[in-house]
Amino acid sequence: MKRVMGYCDRWSAAPGETVRFMVSCLDTDSYEAQLVRLRQPDAGPEATKFEPLPIAASLNGAHSGRYQPIPAGSFAAVPAHPALAPKGSFSLCAYVYATTPAKGRQALISTWCEKGQNGYALELDAGAALTFRSTGTLVSTGVPLRERHWYFVAASYDAAAGTVTLHQEPIAAHDFHPERAITITRAIGAPTQPLHPLIFAAHSDGATEHASAWGGRAFAHHFNGRIDSPRLAAAALDRAGLAALAATPLASTLATEIIAAWDFSRDISGEAITDLGPHRLDGTIVNLPTRAVRGWNWDGSETNWTHAPQQYGAIHFHDDDLVDANWASDFSYTVPEDLRSGVYAVHLTTPDFDYYVVFFVVPPRGTARSKTAFLASTATYTVYLNNRGRFLSTMTERYQGRVTTMDWIDALLIEFPEMGLSTYDRHTDGTGVAYSSRHRPLQNFRPTGRHWNFNLDLFIIDFLEKLGGDYDVITEEDLHTHGYDLLKPYQVILTGSHPEYDSADMLDAFETYLRRGGRMMYMGGNGFYWRIAHHPTRDGVIEVRRAEGGVRAWDAEPGEAFHSFTGEYGGLWRRNMRAPQRLVGVGFISQGFDKCSYFRITDDAKNPRAAWMFDGVEGELLGDFGILQGGAAGLEIDAADPKLGTPGHALVVGRSENHSNTYELVAEEVLIPHGATDAVINPDIHADITFFETGGGGAVFSTGSIAYAGSLGWNGFDNTLFRFTTNVLTRFRDPTPFPDPA
Amino acid sequence: MFRFDKTRLDLAREFKANPFGEHSPDLQYLLNILRAPRPGPFHVLLINEPGRRWTLAMMEPGRPPKPTNVVFTGLAEAEWHIFRERWAALAGEECPLE
Repeated sequence: MKRVMGYCDRWSAAPGETVRFMVSCLDTDSYEAQLVRLRQPDAGPEATKFEPLPIAASLNGAHSGRYQPIPAGSFAAVPAHPALAPKGSFSLCAYVYATTPAKGRQALISTWCEKGQNGYALELDAGAALTFRSTGTLVSTGVPLRERHWYFVAASYDAAAGTVTLHQEPIAAHDFHPERAITITRAIGAPTQPLHPLIFAAHSDGATEHASAWGGRAFAHHFNGRIDSPRLAAAALDRAGLAALAATPLASTLATEIIAAWDFSRDISGEAITDLGPHRLDGTIVNLPTRAVRGWNWDGSETNWTHAPQQYGAIHFHDDDLVDANWASDFSYTVPEDLRSGVYAVHLTTPDFDYYVVFFVVPPRGTARSKTAFLASTATYTVYLNNRGRFLSTMTERYQGRVTTMDWIDALLIEFPEMGLSTYDRHTDGTGVAYSSRHRPLQNFRPTGRHWNFNLDLFIIDFLEKLGGDYDVITEEDLHTHGYDLLKPYQVILTGSHPEYDSADMLDAFETYLRRGGRMMYMGGNGFYWRIAHHPTRDGVIEVRRAEGGVRAWDAEPGEAFHSFTGEYGGLWRRNMRAPQRLVGVGFISQGFDKCSYFRITDDAKNPRAAWMFDGVEGELLGDFGILQGGAAGLEIDAADPKLGTPGHALVVGRSENHSNTYELVAEEVLIPHGATDAVINPDIHADITFFETGGGGAVFSTGSIAYAGSLGWNGFDNTLFRFTTNVLTRFRDPTPFPDPA
Repeated sequence: MFRFDKTRLDLAREFKANPFGEHSPDLQYLLNILRAPRPGPFHVLLINEPGRRWTLAMMEPGRPPKPTNVVFTGLAEAEWHIFRERWAALAGEECPLE
């Protein structure tokens, strides 16, 4: 099959700004490209016909292409320096914690070049034993390291004696595994010492003509696990000497011998690694291994790494980490001044395959071209990118209550695992994925396929197009950067269907906007749920620590609930005293994916403060129809809860009912398992359509359901939910202030 | 302990009539058994045309799906087909309900 895939370097582009596109071909060397504006999702016969609008652009037409591999796998690199290639005796040591010790050769500390077969390395061999490698030399302890256990490991090369001594010593961890320290000495020849970079957690595999994660090189034998406090000295140290070499602070007795002493507890939020030694052999992490993780000496006395960084001196490397595919650019597009704001994509096609590379055209920076803005949930899109968890087993079918559906673009993700992971996945070593980046080919950021997040949000775009297309598109990524100033020009902001992830800056911006008269239509469910952190320097890279509570695919390891990027406590906003009910009146209560239901209009709908929403709306039900599993209430749903912050004056004008067995109470509501946790028996499970005024003339309208958007276009938009929602948007666009609720 | 019982055709009838939405407790127990993760290939549906046509495929974790020749024009039809296959695997015989 001739296939093509790609990504772009920015998701938010204003007139005058340029987007670069990176493309890779599979079994072909050519493809077609066409710029389009997306106005609706590809959602089948019951939805608006999927008709991307072609846009004139110089990029349109035939292109030559080639395969571009993805250099996945993290490591840390120190540029070549003569001090890293000692001419005589030397010693190296570190604390290591292997998470897949039996997976095969894995580098720990290495100047070894696999292609050139020279340099030296401390590594794990195919039998998971500590091994010293140099040209023509392989010395192993022959005893495997245990999985998820800290060891002190060291090698001392004695040039005069022509020997290397290995030390492999388990660190006690409040358990009773019988294991002894191992020391062995073997005769070896003198290592060759070419001028190579020193790499932690991988071997260099020489120069590559393809995409490189670092230095124009390929890398191999990635290590899964943690490395803490690696050191290098120009002497053959005995055990006492190695203890001095490993000591913190650095031992003055080794002042002349120490070559390098890397301290990974420094600059945890960034990508530098710091050498405390005399040559300042600083380096960089590559492909974003996880930082702010427990080190060998973590004792539980502190769980916030910013308070005790010396206990967080480890970096956790994974062979599937990926922050940037680093593909060469194939073409670019500079947004014309007169191009309207909207959702755009470059449609890449071969005779067998098509693929969309999506981006958003925002209004000129600092301006607005409409009083209405759709806020694309780019933070949520980012953390979900390349979510492969749902394809792994029938476990997905169990909680979704239906057979998993997929297409051939989903299958790309399985065929090419190097496309990287989402924060819903686990690494190959089983640890949760804390970071996600958009700088790679993406499987689930497109107008086709399963309706979720971006794809589902196009139903809201469809709704706005139906109303005449008077809207701007803005992004959460820009909201995090620019804060309230981004929202300020707009009378009303419509969110996406599932704006689940927010930084503190994003929530602050919403709150300021609403206090100053802004209006917000929260058009989905399970919003404002998890706290995230943005990378301090890289756009489009987000961190999630799944701490304490919440419906989650993995949970943070002990002592690792604080984001590495910011030092902020992660997890649910509810755990940070900013439950979503405080902002939008409702918060996540349940999820189910087999069948969607409807809302029953409540007595609150008769309240004059809300009765205007129902002009022309007949009947007792709302949304008892829909493209997404037959109803407007479902998938992930939110309920009002005064205990969690729903304002006392909020009106619940519609409440869903009749949900199925698959709708279970969220984990944070079930402290003691009791069995009465599904919607068939538990009345707490419902979605609430909620409205309240915010003071300053502002107001909030919340749909409380992801599926809501999928019912707006039902029956060619001739339905009561469309009329109801249009009433709300029309009033929210009207500058007449809402009455002050106080 | 709820166990699979090939004589419980009432549950098969209930599922066929209503594959999505609220189920009786016993049908929900049965579905949890049928949908339990097991070694080996499992069923997925490949989207041929959104909302119109799906192809039954088998997939092993970490491997691309292998399409079969079975094509569906409705998801309820697909659910019933897969239910019968899983029933037969546990019962050792075809589900007598067509």
